Amino acid sequence: MKDTRANGLTKEMFRKLSFRPPAETLAGESVPVWRDVLRRLASSKLAMSGVVFLVLLAIMAIVGPLVSPHDYYTNNLDHTNEPPSSEYWFGTDSLGRDLFSRIWMGARISLTVGLAAAMIDLVIGIVYGGIMGYVGGRTDEAMNKISEILYSIPYLLVVILLLVVLEPSMWTIILALSVTGWINMSWIVRGQIMQLKNQEYVLAARSMGAGGARMLFKHLIPNTLGPIIVTLTLTVPSAIFSEAFLSFLGLGVQSPAASWGTMINDSLTSFTLYPWQMAFPAVLISLTMLAFNVFGDGLRDAFDPKLKK
Amino acid sequence: MKPQNVNSKPTAQSPGPSRKSIVPLSGQSSGQSHVRPIGGGATPLLEVERLSKFFSVGGGQTLKAVNDLSLTVGKGETLGIVGESGCGKSTAGRTIMRLYEPTSGATRFEGRNIYDMKGTELKRLRREMAMIFQDPYASLNPRFSIADIIAEPLDIHHLAGSGKERRRKVEELLERVGLRSEHASRYPHEFSGGQRQRIGIARALAADPKLIVCDEPISALDVSIQAQVVNLLQELQRSLGLTYLFIAHDLSMVKHISDRVAVMYLGKLVELAESSELYANPKHPYTQALLSAIPVPDPQVEAQKERIVLSGDLPSPVNPPSGCPFRTRCPYATEKCAAEVPAFREVSPAHWASCHYA
Amino acid sequence: MDSILRVEDLHISFRARGGEVQAVRGVDFEVRKGEAIAIVGESGSGKSVTAQSIMRLLPSPPSFVKQGSITFMGRNLLELSEREMESVRGKEIGMIFQDPMTSLNPTLTIGHQITEGLIKHQGASRQAARARALELLKLVGIPNPEDRFSQYPHSFSGGMRQRAMIAIALSCNPALLIADEPTTALDVTIQAQIMRLMKDLQERFGTSIILITHDLGVVADFCDRVIVMYGGQVVETGTKWDIFRSPQHPYTRGLLRSMPRLDQPKGEPLVPIVGTPPDLLVPPQGCAFCARCDEAMGVCVDHDPELLPVGQSGQTAKCWLHHPLAKEVRHETAKR
Repeated sequence: MKDTRANGLTKEMFRKLSFRPPAETLAGESVPVWRDVLRRLASSKLAMSGVVFLVLLAIMAIVGPLVSPHDYYTNNLDHTNEPPSSEYWFGTDSLGRDLFSRIWMGARISLTVGLAAAMIDLVIGIVYGGIMGYVGGRTDEAMNKISEILYSIPYLLVVILLLVVLEPSMWTIILALSVTGWINMSWIVRGQIMQLKNQEYVLAARSMGAGGARMLFKHLIPNTLGPIIVTLTLTVPSAIFSEAFLSFLGLGVQSPAASWGTMINDSLTSFTLYPWQMAFPAVLISLTMLAFNVFGDGLRDAFDPKLKK
Repeated sequence: MKPQNVNSKPTAQSPGPSRKSIVPLSGQSSGQSHVRPIGGGATPLLEVERLSKFFSVGGGQTLKAVNDLSLTVGKGETLGIVGESGCGKSTAGRTIMRLYEPTSGATRFEGRNIYDMKGTELKRLRREMAMIFQDPYASLNPRFSIADIIAEPLDIHHLAGSGKERRRKVEELLERVGLRSEHASRYPHEFSGGQRQRIGIARALAADPKLIVCDEPISALDVSIQAQVVNLLQELQRSLGLTYLFIAHDLSMVKHISDRVAVMYLGKLVELAESSELYANPKHPYTQALLSAIPVPDPQVEAQKERIVLSGDLPSPVNPPSGCPFRTRCPYATEKCAAEVPAFREVSPAHWASCHYA
Repeated sequence: MDSILRVEDLHISFRARGGEVQAVRGVDFEVRKGEAIAIVGESGSGKSVTAQSIMRLLPSPPSFVKQGSITFMGRNLLELSEREMESVRGKEIGMIFQDPMTSLNPTLTIGHQITEGLIKHQGASRQAARARALELLKLVGIPNPEDRFSQYPHSFSGGMRQRAMIAIALSCNPALLIADEPTTALDVTIQAQIMRLMKDLQERFGTSIILITHDLGVVADFCDRVIVMYGGQVVETGTKWDIFRSPQHPYTRGLLRSMPRLDQPKGEPLVPIVGTPPDLLVPPQGCAFCARCDEAMGVCVDHDPELLPVGQSGQTAKCWLHHPLAKEVRHETAKR
């Protein structure tokens, strides 16, 4: 045992305090939950690099085709299969079209499809899932059966069936997405609402006489926002990939319109000779998917830090 | 907050649970005897009559969570409901709050059946009955500030005329439950369990209720914090003339806070008596076992105690035993217990039990 | 009696957002052969972290042992490899967890889960393991062990699962059994059954037991010695008679006082401990209990007290009130 007298203990120190020593008070400043989420998101370098990439991609999708000296659709048979140069920044394809313009036109299509998928998720998925979860019972059972049936139809089949009646285009793909794309979201919203319905603060609000609108918009929806946003950030890249994939197969966007999928398809026959024709769209698809995924992961961790290992 | 809801003298001092004149309702004779154990003040604030709440659990089976429950709570009284998990005490509390619609039976608040109420009358009732929940983490909306949580009853019932009045009321309520007014702008996750439970209490007080249903308000808290919250509840009862329905599984705490105690087993009331009477003189074998199972923080007492250790587990409330629900674990069970449902009867003045042999 | 486990100067922290949570801050204790000790404390006191660190069950990161040693039968468990540790877990030290609903694997039969350890650690044959498992199930009071052997956990009630957990923990005759809040999730009548079972088994096999609990009531019946933890430190140790009859730390006293007792007359208000436990992200410089203590002295605010011996029976309390200077001052004040 240490010699306490050597520690400078004096008798004076052993008098009873006439006051209670200050207890610790609440530490830190008060922050609303959502601001805390943003702060946690901002502190994740990986997630932020995803955000930066996506913002740059969006900017390029808007201005890229405008700043390029060449448009994306004019064939120029004098300049076919050119490598990247000061004239054609990303080179040209087999018809002499400017790849730089085409890449950013492709980005427009990809982002549009992604955005459309997000809107479908938000509108159909949340409303449908919200009703299933909030009403419950037989309504839920019936609605759930419908979504299960829709979910079991192979996606490619839907597209091919749609192509029988419609021209293949970006809009066909979006239409196909709206048939089945929202189901996952509706299940997530349903699960969340069902779970929240039995939370004590929701019961508390009911015991105080809160009406349906107050319950839904003050208590239920705000507390499902986290999973909704996270699901969105994962729906978007899968929609983008579906579009590229279908276009690659020739079931989506058609020439001369440019999609990353069609561009890869066009470059396929000659890709050993002109690898850049494939490299640019392929790298961009990969990076876009990666960016959405790291952003989604970062968001999930920001909403629920406990999930993080 | 002004104690404007106090329409009687401070009653906590004189709960008067030892009333002797208890009149079972007439016209009942079978095993399913219909009784109204009255207690508390002269006028019961809350009367629960033959309340049942069944849940369908699929496969055509029903879970009888609350089965034929009758009791009354007098003005200014604290009635404790104890029982183990799955005995239906929480379901009873929630049905009495009309968070669940009952399968049958009635709950009368100041003489009016709350299950008949609609519209403005029901909304009015929501101000007069409040609830405190078990889990201090789950009972506060994490996206609300403390001010918004506490003022929710004020907002729902438009009780605060202006933003300034709302703020003033929130600050008064915070101080009333022992928190500081500057906490109003904070969020629930910044508080400890005990502090959150205080916030839940402040919210329950906001609309000046007459009755508060406390659903296991302390079981999620640490021992040293439990006493703080119980003392706060008692202090509030004295100063505001509140009536409590106190649901818990901790028998020693229930005894401490309650004037009368009701013991539930498998959805049924098995015993009801004034609290010191119940603890000194338990009549039902289940109550006896429950009391003897409580560990006492005293090695001497523990060394000398004859503990009745019940064999077996709680039967499923989906498929309760015939006759007396407790007979499968009862050390004294006879054939009669399997054949006949024991009546809930007054075995001695103001002491009710449902056992053939009590 | 020989000591089978000795924990010395154990410090464990968790990395968290905003810094390091110092969950255990210098814990010392020992467990002797055949002894039942209880570690009592509230949530955040560090009792469960201490118990789990003995089994090396804490996930790392975020947790890490800053310093100290855990010596079990002459070996420092903190220095063993993960493979060596596997042969200690289940074989030499058994553990029972709080939540019987999640501590059993729902996809394996109860029989499989009991025999697993026997086959792995003792090289028992399938037949022998089965026979032993049936014997264990009978021992822990599970009716119809033959049928129960091949059932899955979901068909067991909470109390039955906890019995099965005890059977698993005891399967290899461990020298030490750690029970981390074994009855917290159970009802009082079931709690009484489980505690009685554990006590019987301890007396029969002479297993040492560490019971982690927040319930002082359970302790009074079950244990020989008690260790009271608060704010990541041991604040008092002693026999159960010492702790309940003459508690020497203001926290222990406060804890006992704040519990309602059945024999207490009605209307007497409870005496709570004011305030809340310290935030271990920024542990107080002095005594951890100081801000909630009625008897706090000047020295308590900035000097961390030592575990000082009190009386003859080996009771110790981490409180400056037992320092010779405090006694002198009390003496003087009393005279005046």
